[in-house]
Amino acid sequence: MKIKVNGKDQEVKKTSISVYELLSENKVQRIDMVSVQLNEKFIRKEDFQTVLVKENDEVDFLFFMGGGKYSNSDE
Amino acid sequence: MDFSEEQIERYSRHIILADVGPEGQEAIMNGKVLIIGVGGLGSPAAFYLAAAGVGTIGLIDGDIVDLTNLQRQIIHTTPDLNKAKVISAKEKIEKLNPDVNTIVYQKLITSENIIEIIKDYDFVIDGTDNFPTKFLINDACVFIQKPFSHGGILRFDGQTMTYTPGNACYRCVFNGPPPKDAVPSCSQAGILGSIAGILGTIQATEALKYLIGIGDLLTNRMLIFDALNMNFNTVKFKRNMDCPVCGDKPTIKELIDEEQAACDLN
Ligand SMILES: [Zn+2]
Repeated sequence: MKIKVNGKDQEVKKTSISVYELLSENKVQRIDMVSVQLNEKFIRKEDFQTVLVKENDEVDFLFFMGGGKYSNSDE
Repeated sequence: MDFSEEQIERYSRHIILADVGPEGQEAIMNGKVLIIGVGGLGSPAAFYLAAAGVGTIGLIDGDIVDLTNLQRQIIHTTPDLNKAKVISAKEKIEKLNPDVNTIVYQKLITSENIIEIIKDYDFVIDGTDNFPTKFLINDACVFIQKPFSHGGILRFDGQTMTYTPGNACYRCVFNGPPPKDAVPSCSQAGILGSIAGILGTIQATEALKYLIGIGDLLTNRMLIFDALNMNFNTVKFKRNMDCPVCGDKPTIKELIDEEQAACDLN
């Protein structure tokens, strides 16, 4: 099936895949570092295993990014 | 507002813009913007806001300038080493544009002082490096309905979104800070200096658009860029009804200082 991940077409060999499996297919190692949207709805982390991504779905991965200061003198 | 001859000349390239004009320039000059963290993001943001003539610029940072900062924190220079960042930045702002009133807070922002500081400003720029402070800024801004720009950078990537009251907040996207061990330390991860410039100038642009009241802000969407491939992507979202701070059943009702060291030195 064809889905979109972060705006890009992606081919998945199955007819449906859990969010969790899709993350590992995309080599996302730390699920606590990512927020996932399925068709513009955020999926709770506890539902990653059960929520299924299907043909033509749009998935967004949003990752934590830190900041500008990069200070090494913060407490 | 009556512009002086010098101001008409200084801001002429703004004033001739149809969507800015003298009214827009006046709005900028009446504007108050607070920059939290005068580092990689805060430096370029402060420069452009000062150049634009923002009436009051607040700077909050408890750090002093060190040599590793100078690769990207462009408001600080080699002679500023060991100087307080807020003082170093204030000096540059005053040289660039004496019209600007610069207010400095040489301290860390905490749950104790944040409301008192941000309440007097029209717009807040998050230029901090650590997640507890990012969430603190978000929660405080949601509580008192204060617009702010979130910014994050890592290696060759950046992301930014703007919060305005009623729209999605940072916690709508990320429920809370990542576990401490999951965040790469800054000295390990690294950052290409100019990435901070790309992002800080986007944040300054959002502040100016907000003050003038033009265009579409980065609300309900995250702009994410990957400078290695030079791709810019926008992820749209809506306010999250499960959001712990702005959702239907908020669980966060007071400000907390979340625990997590931002950037370990080791
Ligand atoms: Zn929210």
